Amino acid sequence: MRDILLQIDGTELESKEGMSVLQAANSAGIDIPKLCHYDKLVPYGGCRLCIVDVESKGISKLVVSCVYPVEENLIVRTRSEKIDRIRKTILELLLAHAPNSPELQEMAQEYGADKDRFDKDSSFCIHCGLCVRYCDEVKKLNAVGFIDRGSKKEISFIPEIAAKECRNCMECFPLCPTSYLQAAFVLSESLSSTNLPSKS
Amino acid sequence: MDKERIDQIIDKHHGKSSSLIQVLLEVQRDNRWLPKEALMMISDRLQVPLSRTLHIASFYKAFSFMPKGRHEVHICMGTACHVRGADRVLETVQDETGIKPGETDLDLKFSLETVNCLGCCALGPVLEINGKTHGKVSPGNTADVLENYG
Amino acid sequence: MSQINSPAELEELRKGILSERDPQKPCITLCSGSACNASGSEEVGLNLEEELKKQGLSDEVDIRKTGCHGFCERGPIIINHPDESTYLQIEPKDVEEIISKTIKEKQLIDRLLYINPDSNEKITNESEIPFYKYQERLVFGSNGSIDPKRIDDYLAIGGYSALVKIFSGMTPEDVLDEVKRSKLRGRGGGGFPAGRKWEGSRNAPEKTKYVIVNADEGDPGAYMDRALLEGNPHSVLEGLIIGAYAIGAHEGYVYVRQEYPLAVENINIAIKQAEDQGLIGKNIMGSGFDFKVIVHQGAGAFVCGESTALMTALEGRVGEPRPKYVRSNIKGLWNKPSVLNNVETWANVPLIINNGADWFTQMGTEGSKGTKIFSLVGKITNTGLVEVPMGMTLRDIIYKIGGGIPGGKKFKAVQTGGPSGGCIPEDQLDLEVGFDELARAGSMMGSGGMIIMDEDNCMVDVARYFIEFLCDESCGKCVPCREGTKQMLKILTDITEGKGKKGDIGLLEELSEVLSEASLCALGQTAPNPFLSTLRYFREEYEAHINEKKCSALSCKELISYYIEPDKCNACTICFKKCPSDAIIGGKKKIHVIDQDKCTKCDTCFEVCPSKFDAVSKISGAPVPISIPEDERDFIKNSNQ
Repeated sequence: MRDILLQIDGTELESKEGMSVLQAANSAGIDIPKLCHYDKLVPYGGCRLCIVDVESKGISKLVVSCVYPVEENLIVRTRSEKIDRIRKTILELLLAHAPNSPELQEMAQEYGADKDRFDKDSSFCIHCGLCVRYCDEVKKLNAVGFIDRGSKKEISFIPEIAAKECRNCMECFPLCPTSYLQAAFVLSESLSSTNLPSKS
Repeated sequence: MDKERIDQIIDKHHGKSSSLIQVLLEVQRDNRWLPKEALMMISDRLQVPLSRTLHIASFYKAFSFMPKGRHEVHICMGTACHVRGADRVLETVQDETGIKPGETDLDLKFSLETVNCLGCCALGPVLEINGKTHGKVSPGNTADVLENYG
Repeated sequence: MSQINSPAELEELRKGILSERDPQKPCITLCSGSACNASGSEEVGLNLEEELKKQGLSDEVDIRKTGCHGFCERGPIIINHPDESTYLQIEPKDVEEIISKTIKEKQLIDRLLYINPDSNEKITNESEIPFYKYQERLVFGSNGSIDPKRIDDYLAIGGYSALVKIFSGMTPEDVLDEVKRSKLRGRGGGGFPAGRKWEGSRNAPEKTKYVIVNADEGDPGAYMDRALLEGNPHSVLEGLIIGAYAIGAHEGYVYVRQEYPLAVENINIAIKQAEDQGLIGKNIMGSGFDFKVIVHQGAGAFVCGESTALMTALEGRVGEPRPKYVRSNIKGLWNKPSVLNNVETWANVPLIINNGADWFTQMGTEGSKGTKIFSLVGKITNTGLVEVPMGMTLRDIIYKIGGGIPGGKKFKAVQTGGPSGGCIPEDQLDLEVGFDELARAGSMMGSGGMIIMDEDNCMVDVARYFIEFLCDESCGKCVPCREGTKQMLKILTDITEGKGKKGDIGLLEELSEVLSEASLCALGQTAPNPFLSTLRYFREEYEAHINEKKCSALSCKELISYYIEPDKCNACTICFKKCPSDAIIGGKKKIHVIDQDKCTKCDTCFEVCPSKFDAVSKISGAPVPISIPEDERDFIKNSNQ
């Protein structure tokens, strides 16, 4: 794989063909905010927080760095007035769901996001998809999945699989930024009609 | 739910996982809804995770997890019908049938769905009931249209 | 049917078909598209067959059930060949007279002809009717001549001659070159140069490639693709085979929405007939080129009209779009090079091959060549599908072809581009229709929906309607679209309900920026367009809704009150009886009065009040006059004349 030279926030760095801009930045210790990205999983491009400005052949555009492939002589800017504005609004939209999430609160401080900007939503899932993707790609069990679409989208446990597998695994639990996952699991267990193994 | 029929449908599509949506469409058409056992059977035979089948069955509007009524009422909410007052017709239909879009009444008589553009814009607002199109519907004549369906 | 093994054999077959057809033999074509079926065309067709049998004319007169003719406002339509007289709005009971008078006695039935509203003259031939006269029906015109379920009809009008031409000595590069030179741009919405898209796939090193027809047509109010696929499926297939040959694909997909059952049926029949004839399959026309086509039905998701989501759906997955940083013509369906084009785009390809790129580029504007089919719907006299050369003005389309606004109402705006587009007001009507021109005006071409709105349509409500649609259709993967459309919908709904407040417009603009800059796909990126364009041209409506709680179009229910004018009411009791909420106080010889507390604004009284009285009015942004005292409500006939 050939080497690719690019510039991020003024710093020149080398990366390998096939890497994403986010990966290249991380490898050079440059921090770009993210929520739905996890190294063990295929990049998702759902939260859009890692949005950056890239300039190539004189043309500038905003792209999502976790899925945008590195290019020779790419000039990347991870902060700008517009980028900050967009990240702030995205955070505010998410804080309407999960105002108490530590990850969101930390980023909110940095970007001046107001957790009360939008009316509170009853569900504190922010659809980062980490739980669903982890169970699919790493565990290959698919005990939890998405149902429906748009703002009605939800995560949902498959009771038969969850009853068998989850209590012995729970590897996805620490990934959830809002703890909605744990709440959904407990609810699913209590609604399930299958006999659960007794807790030790 | 007829297991043999489902097997037939799956065989017709050579059990390919990429045909999941096509298989579900045929089962929905035959059975008028998708019971969980059918979804589990289809997932198993096509070798896809049940979570994916459930996501697909809930993502696409064509599928239903509950039986449909004897008379499926589709009201067009396309732009042309909207500018001709489809909103008011929908309200009237809701009042007359007692159900909202996505619901079926308790007698399993009517199911109501909104659809986006039936392509009969010259006749707007349009109600399609059991595949039959009723054009130029207004709040004033909606009750008369529905009365035809016992 | 036997297989065609060479281009020459196809031409022989065509000659044979034509020799068996007598152009002078009487033939009745009946429009049998979905919309006309809804207007009773099936019954008319049955009556025609029965009546011809009854009168012993079944062998002497042919009936041909064709696809959509386009003049949907006046369907079902019959054309009597060979003299081409055209009858409109046919009812089953007209059939006997048509056979007896027109077919047997060669006499026209005046009441079934088109009457020009300006000159009152009767018009006999379809091509003279103003609706048709100003169109350029290159792609759509054939719909009126063929039965879509019969490949012979398509062959008889010269169908598959482009295929003959390419297999008679054109290389794939020749074909690609012709399409590139034609400057054909995608007709589905993106307007991307087709030739460039094809070239990218052709040059991709991967061996397996795909061609795809996007027949998902999700824009509400647009039904051109449906009419094309129902009425002339072979034209789309021919284009698809040519495209496959040009890029080197051996497998094609037709993704058609399941809400179009007749289109699904007709494309399946067409594919089977083409296969039987050897025009699809192995070694087409002895050329050595293999190609097969598979039909895949959509399951009810607007987002699947987006090309990457469509490909994901073809793979049997949920229709979630993919990032477009790696183009799908390089890595598309199953990560292979895939050329996806709209139905109308494919249907243009045989015309370009047959007539040449130079012929095609003669029509249209600098940036937009050829013709475009629009669905002209809404508040317009002549609703239907129209095909015009790019560059025709909106004014000409709406007034010359569309016949203007019915009911004496005033034109307000034309909405183009579906949920991704915008509204164009009256002072822009001289705009020449084209991709770039419409984009400059704050809208876009989109798939070709053209919704006409008049003074009774509220532009804030239009923005709310489109955002509601997109919020419902959002796949939900990315935050800007899933959360942004939801919040925009909430704010716009509040504004239409009189709950708008200062700062709402600013917040909507901020959300619009996030949506357009940070969404995953074009659904989210273009979602703010209806709002932004209505704000641009109709800002005063937004401000009136928010600041004065007034809807000047008298449309938003929460902002209007119904009022019966006492000096116009004739106490006819019609509204009194029809009111579903018993909100009208009145009786015979008693001036009617609306109880505002009970009124649900259903509009029934407004609808049913006889026009000679016109006593019900709608008020917005001002208090309702206090009802006249009960003892003054006696209706005295003379004083209310």
